[in-house]
Amino acid sequence: MSLKVDNLRVYYQTLQGPVRALDGVTFMVEDGEIMGLAGESGCGKSTLGYSLIRLTSRMRYIAGQVELDGKVVPIWNDKEMNPFRYKQVSIIPQYAMSAMNPTRKIGRMTAELLKSRGISYKRTLPEFKRRLDLVGLSENVLEMYPIELSGGMKQRMVMVLSTLLDPSLLIADEVTSALDVASQKAVSQMLVEFRNRGFVKSMIVITHDISILYQIADTIMIMYAGQLSEKAPTEEIINSPRHPYTKMLISSLPKVGVKYSEKKLSGIPGKPPSLLNPPSGCRFRHRCPAAFDKCVEDPPFIEIDEGHFVSCWAVFQEEGLDIDQVPAEEGPPGAQILEEALAKHV
Amino acid sequence: MTTATAPPPAVAIKKRNEFLYFALRNNKLRVGLIVVLLFLFLALIGPLLTDYPPNDYVGPPGAPPSSEFWFGTTTFGQDVFTQFILGLRATFLVGVVGGGLGTLIGVLVGFVAGYRGGIVDELLNMLTNIVLVIPSLAVLLIIAAYLEVRGVLAESVFIGFTSWPWAARAIRAQTFSLRSRDFVDLARISGMGSMKIIFGEIAPNMMSYLFMTFILQFGGAILTAATLDFIGLGPTQGTSLGLMMNNALLWSALHLGMWWWFVPPGVAITAIVGAMYIMNVGLDEVFNPKLREM
Amino acid sequence: MFKLEEISKVYRVGTFGGKELRAVSHVSFEIGKGEVISLIGESGSGKSTIGKMMLQLTPITSGKITFKGTPVSGLKGAALKEYYRHVQGVFQDPFSSYNPIFKADRVFENVREQFFPTVDDARWDEKLRESLRGVGLNPDQVLNKFPHQLSGGQLQRLLIARALLLDVEFLVADEIISMLDASTRIDVLNLLADLKARGLSILFITHDLSLGYYISERAVILFKGYVVEMGSTDRIFSTPLHPYTRMLMASVPRLDKKWAEVEKEVRPEESQVEELPAGYTFFDPEVAREIGGSGHRPQPVLVEVEQDHLVACFEPGDIPPTA
Repeated sequence: MSLKVDNLRVYYQTLQGPVRALDGVTFMVEDGEIMGLAGESGCGKSTLGYSLIRLTSRMRYIAGQVELDGKVVPIWNDKEMNPFRYKQVSIIPQYAMSAMNPTRKIGRMTAELLKSRGISYKRTLPEFKRRLDLVGLSENVLEMYPIELSGGMKQRMVMVLSTLLDPSLLIADEVTSALDVASQKAVSQMLVEFRNRGFVKSMIVITHDISILYQIADTIMIMYAGQLSEKAPTEEIINSPRHPYTKMLISSLPKVGVKYSEKKLSGIPGKPPSLLNPPSGCRFRHRCPAAFDKCVEDPPFIEIDEGHFVSCWAVFQEEGLDIDQVPAEEGPPGAQILEEALAKHV
Repeated sequence: MTTATAPPPAVAIKKRNEFLYFALRNNKLRVGLIVVLLFLFLALIGPLLTDYPPNDYVGPPGAPPSSEFWFGTTTFGQDVFTQFILGLRATFLVGVVGGGLGTLIGVLVGFVAGYRGGIVDELLNMLTNIVLVIPSLAVLLIIAAYLEVRGVLAESVFIGFTSWPWAARAIRAQTFSLRSRDFVDLARISGMGSMKIIFGEIAPNMMSYLFMTFILQFGGAILTAATLDFIGLGPTQGTSLGLMMNNALLWSALHLGMWWWFVPPGVAITAIVGAMYIMNVGLDEVFNPKLREM
Repeated sequence: MFKLEEISKVYRVGTFGGKELRAVSHVSFEIGKGEVISLIGESGSGKSTIGKMMLQLTPITSGKITFKGTPVSGLKGAALKEYYRHVQGVFQDPFSSYNPIFKADRVFENVREQFFPTVDDARWDEKLRESLRGVGLNPDQVLNKFPHQLSGGQLQRLLIARALLLDVEFLVADEIISMLDASTRIDVLNLLADLKARGLSILFITHDLSLGYYISERAVILFKGYVVEMGSTDRIFSTPLHPYTRMLMASVPRLDKKWAEVEKEVRPEESQVEELPAGYTFFDPEVAREIGGSGHRPQPVLVEVEQDHLVACFEPGDIPPTA
């Protein structure tokens, strides 16, 4: 019972050509695991989140396989995905709390949502009310309009709605960004609570705020320019990261207790590469202090320590692996296959 | 021998030159402009191509286009071509004057209301709503009863004074949203005055919007004029494309197969207004750098 | 250098302006030369409004702001322009700060037109390049480009460079890095710290406690428009006293301690709003206004509980022994 993603490639079709937003991503999320997915803007984390549930109009599935609880998830086919959505895989999209129809009372909106999925509102109502209570919302909320709820309340509301059918996998996309500090804490802790009570089996929490992940995630996966850099248990990522990018990223974050005058932090010089025409091999190599000649080949994402995955030749060398024996990641599909895949509109 | 090196290009690129550069290279702008200018040219040299006044009965009634009458004749034997050429002139005049006046008033009211806000905004809003609500046709009937002779100019002015409210509203809304953007604040702390900000920062951001407003006013003015002409409230003498089309309709040109009567004016109106819309799309690309790179 | 005395900003809302909205309420503090003060608060705390009032982008409803002794509200025309020579601002959204249809250079052009009309092209070019290098940018990479062709970090640095073209002594930095990526944030922040070392005073407006701690020695914590705690960052962060500050400290996600651990240290539950002793209300200006009349609680005054640590609280709780 878990999520397995194998060599997933999803590109965006644009007028200037395909943007290689997700280029060969392979990882696993265990049952009961809350995995944080972090990275800077443009790294592909949102693309990854969305491709697991619904490809938007500009996304093109190119290659790769997704398996949930042993079954293949047909992300390339919109119709076939329907039975999976909301029931097995659910998402809390980024602007969910502002996307509620302002002219519908919450109760009515929920009923419409459930009906569209073929589920009876009446029968789900008792469980629904129980969960609302759990997150600290009273029953009266069903009779209110979205505008009467605060940001934190709306977000909690959306969380309950998205997990009403106990999905196997929940994708939470930037659910805490627009909230004040106290609500952020409440919502984050609620995510953990949902997992603890079995409302969801596993979770992928997408955010750019690594400190939230430190607080609630079991593991953190760092992405850079459409590829995976590192995945490890939270403590290890924060306190003993291995990938150069992760190291530089973590050390550029101000923490309470660190002053400029005592310890000046530094950022990462340079800019992420354009994904229209990304460099071959490791996409971080132009900014990486540890880059060497092997880096023109794409490093695979392999486990160097228990539960600790890295995609970096320098790290492999440090671990004593013979890098000539380690197969590089395969490149993108050939031009013809690519063209065909891009032409297929989901 | 040292070659004199030019000083490094001045940091400040003159914005006027830059827009002109892109404007001249934009296809949509060029095509649209050519079409409009073509018709304009036709309208200007028109009278030279024809010998007789438009409403005289000069030829056989209902005759199709021939070498003598290029656009054929109407049911009464009037030369369609003459009517067309002179109608083109009147139409352009109404569009430019009526549309232009409407745009001018609307833009001024909109800018001031949007930028100043507060009580000025409230007052101008009231004014806009009042003018919007007045039934212009009723007013025109009253005016028509008092004026013995009406020219195209009078008609244009009237249209201008009654069609500006929606433009004012649109411009006000845009100004409002632009005004609260940070770059306006930045301009203020750079010491720039209000007028300079409105015309230097806000207006250029809305250039395509302003032009679009003019296009719609232009087209609307032409069509309004056609309606007025039809019910007899138009100029007491003369002809226009709108009048031609309405007459053609009145005299069953379609049923009788006299396509040469309504097709030229219809095509002309469509072509002119359509060309202006295309110009506007092109203009949007010129002024919006992000669209340019596509 | 700057002195704010009992600053308030009141908006009239509702039909015919019948209701009042107090965005800022009797705020007072001072900023000296070469000092960086962090104005910390969440959205709705009034921190941006204070910045705007200092920049005279919005009028002060009551109170006084003085810059080197001269009141700021009366400034108009030439005097205001002179003020802008010394006091500048950088805002939160780098892409909104630039007029999208013009090249980014236009912000420099405007400054040149207004403040340096007589300087010739060559001299201006040199001055501009120097300023850009001073903020860590390569002039050839950033000049002559449109805003959407540059990154958020570059745009913010351009704005700082713009301010440095003048004889700026004071900078209002309103959440200038919150919209930037993590790896560029620290570079811009370090730039501000460098400038401070060179004598620039900064009002650093932010909602992020750790940023405030990193860059400034003194902090002002705002809640719904009034100051709840103020003083040296060390004191405030090691012993937060006001219930709101304690709640902030306990809720901010940190990278070194989990929430459970921080809660034990800060003990916010002892200051939970719902659990306060009977008769005590967490001063909320909106609630206070509604109550009005005899039930109206006056806004708590800042009380110095120890050196360089002021709290606006009727019952600040345990006061740790000084030194």
